[in-house]
Amino acid sequence: MRLRHLLPALLLWLIAALPLRAEEVVLGLSTDRVAITTSFDGSEILIFGAVKREKPIQEIPLEIVITVAGPSHPVLVRRKAHRYGIWINAHAVTVDSAPSFYAVATTGPLKEVLTQTEDLRHRISIDRAIRSVGAPFDVTDSEQYTQALIRIRQKEGLYQELEGKVALDQQTLFRTAIDMPADLTEGAYSTRIFLTREGRVVSQYETTINVRKVGLERWLYVLSRQHAALYGLLSLAIAILAGWGASAGFSLLRDR
Amino acid sequence: MQTYLPVAEVSVNAFLLLGLGGIVGILSGMFGVGGGFLITPLLFFIGVPPSVAVATGANQIVASSFSAVLAHLRRRTVDLTMGSVLLVGGLIGAGLGVFVFNYLKSLGQVDLLVRLCYVIFLGIIGGLMFIESLNALRKARRSGPAQPKRRRSRKLMHALPFKMRFRTSGQYMSVIPPLMVGLAVGVLSAIMGVGGGFIMVPAMIYLLGMPTKVVVGTSLFQIIFVTAFTTMLHATTNQTVDIMLALYLIIGGVIGAQVGTQIGLKLKAEQLRVLLAALVLAVCGKLALELLIEPSELYNLTSLDGG
Repeated sequence: MRLRHLLPALLLWLIAALPLRAEEVVLGLSTDRVAITTSFDGSEILIFGAVKREKPIQEIPLEIVITVAGPSHPVLVRRKAHRYGIWINAHAVTVDSAPSFYAVATTGPLKEVLTQTEDLRHRISIDRAIRSVGAPFDVTDSEQYTQALIRIRQKEGLYQELEGKVALDQQTLFRTAIDMPADLTEGAYSTRIFLTREGRVVSQYETTINVRKVGLERWLYVLSRQHAALYGLLSLAIAILAGWGASAGFSLLRDR
Repeated sequence: MQTYLPVAEVSVNAFLLLGLGGIVGILSGMFGVGGGFLITPLLFFIGVPPSVAVATGANQIVASSFSAVLAHLRRRTVDLTMGSVLLVGGLIGAGLGVFVFNYLKSLGQVDLLVRLCYVIFLGIIGGLMFIESLNALRKARRSGPAQPKRRRSRKLMHALPFKMRFRTSGQYMSVIPPLMVGLAVGVLSAIMGVGGGFIMVPAMIYLLGMPTKVVVGTSLFQIIFVTAFTTMLHATTNQTVDIMLALYLIIGGVIGAQVGTQIGLKLKAEQLRVLLAALVLAVCGKLALELLIEPSELYNLTSLDGG
């Protein structure tokens, strides 16, 4: 009985949804690999693409949201308090998961291009990208710790809110540039593109940008993790050699 | 010129690192301090993570101390016998210190304790040295280069067994006091993450009664081994030694150490001590202020990804 009522509704919904589904993202990246070399000083990534569609352009304008997220880790946020006349770390809250880098770029103000529900579902805004579950019993204002985390990382350029920084031409071609700071951690940076209309996500596309150390940097990093004793001895050898070299060099200079 | 550090995972200016290394090298050559108490906070300031700063600082001190010791050896201002005795105490102490450090860590608040340690020790040592050496300077000016006053008789120290002759220092005393000094410095240096020269130098002058010229070289001699030990420990357990960062600091440091040794030879012993005291007090003051003044950012972050 119920099903019979539901079926036409479902069909209707499918038909309504079809033209929306028909819009897809065709993406281009200036690079899908960021190589961290000795002279690495941050990187700018160009994200561009087109909206492929089989139907004519709809009247309600399309909006675009692009996010780039680095690997997530738990973060311990400590707050100092005035105790016994000095400032010491008094309380701590562990934020369960926070991306090491997060940028969200949009065609317009985030509140207008995305509804709260969609934001919650896809974890798009910076607030939503961070997951904080529990706080210790003696901390009642855990929200402040998350806000502090965002504030500190925004100051370091690790979290970026780029409202209106996505250019969209003729409802079809879009592009944006995201500045990645020098202090990047290695890993797969997930890049998501959302097409929204009236705040609802109509299509999404996902890809990854690989951030990796290369050459000497990679070799040293791997050595330090896998052959720690050898790496330690190498550091000491360099130190002793450099110390001897400088001493010998200077005594040559003086004797002349 | 920016350069990316593979273990610290930050990008910093290479010339800034060379300059930092150079300044610390000069101090190291002049005073026989490793400079760890200076380089570690300076590295924090330019954005290097604390764990990497401490470990790499130790590695850098090995290089600058080695360079300076060679210069001192050429001038025969290293008491190898005394250095070895101090070192034995120092290594035992460092082992003990690591144990104490881990215990404090399990209690939490280890950062604060390290900081308080710095303020207290730097304050006491700097203050005592400053007053003493100012008095010595004033006396020297009044009556010309007078004989250094004979220390008050240390009956207890001379009554101790296991006497040894320390030729370069012109001392004949029991090995127990230098062993104890080495031990105490070893414990402190493991807790505070420094070579311990700024404690060792005054301890040698005031507790062991060694001549200032010999003290610097001897202190450097034992610092090499203590910091090499620390470097290996950090490299194998925490993997926080950044070889690139160390290299830049070392290049600046070894050159600075040679310059510092030259400056040190031209200055009078009292002047050297006043300068070192002033430096110690300045670092102490800065650390104390950080504890006393309300910080502009009350929160701080620690990433828990094991790195």
